[in-house]
Amino acid sequence: MTEAVIRVEGLGKSYQTAAGEFPALRGVNLRVDGGEYLAIMGPSGSGKSTFMNLLGCLDRPSSGAYFLAGANVAEMDRDALARLRNHTLGFVFQGFNLLPRMSLQDNVALPLVYAGVDKASRRARARVLLERVGLGQYADSLPNRISGGQQQRVAIARALVNQPRLILADEPTGNLDSQTSEDIMALFDSLNRDGITIVLVTHELDIAEHARRQVRFRDGCIISDHLTGAAA
Amino acid sequence: MIRPMLGEAWSAMNANRLRAALTMLGMVIGVGAVVIMLAIGQGAQYAIQQTISTMGSNLFIVLSGFSSSGGVRSGSGGGPTLTVADADAIAELDGVANVAPTHQGSRQVIYGAQNWSTQVIGTTPAYLDARAWSITSGSGFSDSDVRSATRVVVIGQTVAENLFGEEEPVGKTMRIQQSPFVVIGVLGAKGQSLDGRDQDDTVLIPLTTAQRKVFGTPFVGSVRMIMVQTERADQMEQVMAQTTALLRQRHRLRDDMPDDFFMRNLSAAAESEAATTRTMSILLGAIASISLIVGGIGIMNIMLVSVTERTREIGIRMAIGARQRDILLQFLLEAVMISFAGCFTGLLLGIAIALGINALTGMVIVISGTAALLAFAVAASVGIFFGWYPAQKAARLDPIEALRYQ
Repeated sequence: MTEAVIRVEGLGKSYQTAAGEFPALRGVNLRVDGGEYLAIMGPSGSGKSTFMNLLGCLDRPSSGAYFLAGANVAEMDRDALARLRNHTLGFVFQGFNLLPRMSLQDNVALPLVYAGVDKASRRARARVLLERVGLGQYADSLPNRISGGQQQRVAIARALVNQPRLILADEPTGNLDSQTSEDIMALFDSLNRDGITIVLVTHELDIAEHARRQVRFRDGCIISDHLTGAAA
Repeated sequence: MIRPMLGEAWSAMNANRLRAALTMLGMVIGVGAVVIMLAIGQGAQYAIQQTISTMGSNLFIVLSGFSSSGGVRSGSGGGPTLTVADADAIAELDGVANVAPTHQGSRQVIYGAQNWSTQVIGTTPAYLDARAWSITSGSGFSDSDVRSATRVVVIGQTVAENLFGEEEPVGKTMRIQQSPFVVIGVLGAKGQSLDGRDQDDTVLIPLTTAQRKVFGTPFVGSVRMIMVQTERADQMEQVMAQTTALLRQRHRLRDDMPDDFFMRNLSAAAESEAATTRTMSILLGAIASISLIVGGIGIMNIMLVSVTERTREIGIRMAIGARQRDILLQFLLEAVMISFAGCFTGLLLGIAIALGINALTGMVIVISGTAALLAFAVAASVGIFFGWYPAQKAARLDPIEALRYQ
């Protein structure tokens, strides 16, 4: 059996608040294999955002173990985590999070700067990915010149630029109208068909229907984990 | 890694030009002030150094003691206590570069219809070396001129102008009192001494000629003054002490008898003046550097604001793989870039103003490459020093909180 992309064992995370220790996650177990398409659902405060932050190596768990592509994340220092975010993961945010002063091409190429890739290869690769998301002709525009849906496509191109195994998307369609949302989800569907593992957080059922597996959170625990109709 | 970051630092500066310009202004004023102050200070030092070098360096003089006749005492140099033999003995001491016995006085000099009162110095060729005095035309007299007491004269610029006007003096015969002398050389210009005397208002003749034919002395071989030059400045005290001991021994003075000669350190006064100017210019520079520090604080202030404003951007960068040192470097580069741009502008402005001061007031200004380099090094350090804390703050942000920041 091959190594899982994500393997989480007894993962817990608590925050210090004025009222005392608040457990946001209580002993979560989850395994995601390569090529899976997973939707995480749950009401706000259920711990799904905390879980995403941990999966994204932006935060470290209070207890339990997290293996990303076989590597134990809990033992890593900040630089090693940054390297994982750069090489192994791609992030897509609800608010797109493009840098406003940079051209779309530079935005897409930014992770390659931190990976130490030379300028010519950065440009070439950014170009290819902008073409892939259908925005090649806007390469030199600034993010505020294009629509929200287009910005999200650029953000997806940026997430893909370093050829990650895993895309983490946190409410990627939360700021978009339904038609645009469908376009973005179609893009995710095609990425998954190409073999990229996708984990997305959403609270919209029709978005979650695109995934082949749905995991529901409540009060810091997984309450259901099942395959959807999209699984075939 | 650095190159794309330089581009980003540049575009960050461009995005907020007015702010960057105002931040730079602090550095511009600081560096400009340092450059101007150093230029003025070094100019003053240079002016003093010039004056000192016309006098000659590492010099002291030995004057003969006074004579007393019928209760009337002559001033120093009046007695016949120093001799050419004393001078020769001093020349044998360690660390002595040149020894020039001299006999001098004021005399009327005459050429054609012109006459002029000037200082006549009878001495040896070593005098010109000791005072680093050049000859612009003709030549100086030689040791054989001194031995045979020839009637040759080397004249200063002021004397040349007043006696000869436009004429070429070399080869002409002039008179000192009644005696005819052939002009064999003209001295280079030295200008004023520290006390304002015109150093060019003088004529030099061989010592023996002066003793026998101009001044006349009842004691053959006696001189009024011996000028001594040491090889290095730090040998002055030692050589002066040895000279004292030597002369006391040669003059057979018992321990309870006072010296029958006087010594003056010619370089000491000049050195102390030079030291004063040096202190002044260091002081000026120090005061000006305070404005550099103020400029640096301005940079720190703006960088702190910038880090806060761009918290979200920092979060995004961290999320896509920026390490702490990448963020640190980015903000540090921005601070250093502002600092350098300000420094460069300040350097140009400072040089322009210093040149302006020179053009308007005629004050001596020295702009040295060292000073410019120093200003640059200081600006870079100020940028790094005051940029470090904000950059560190940015690099230590928590990625999740930075991403959530609105």
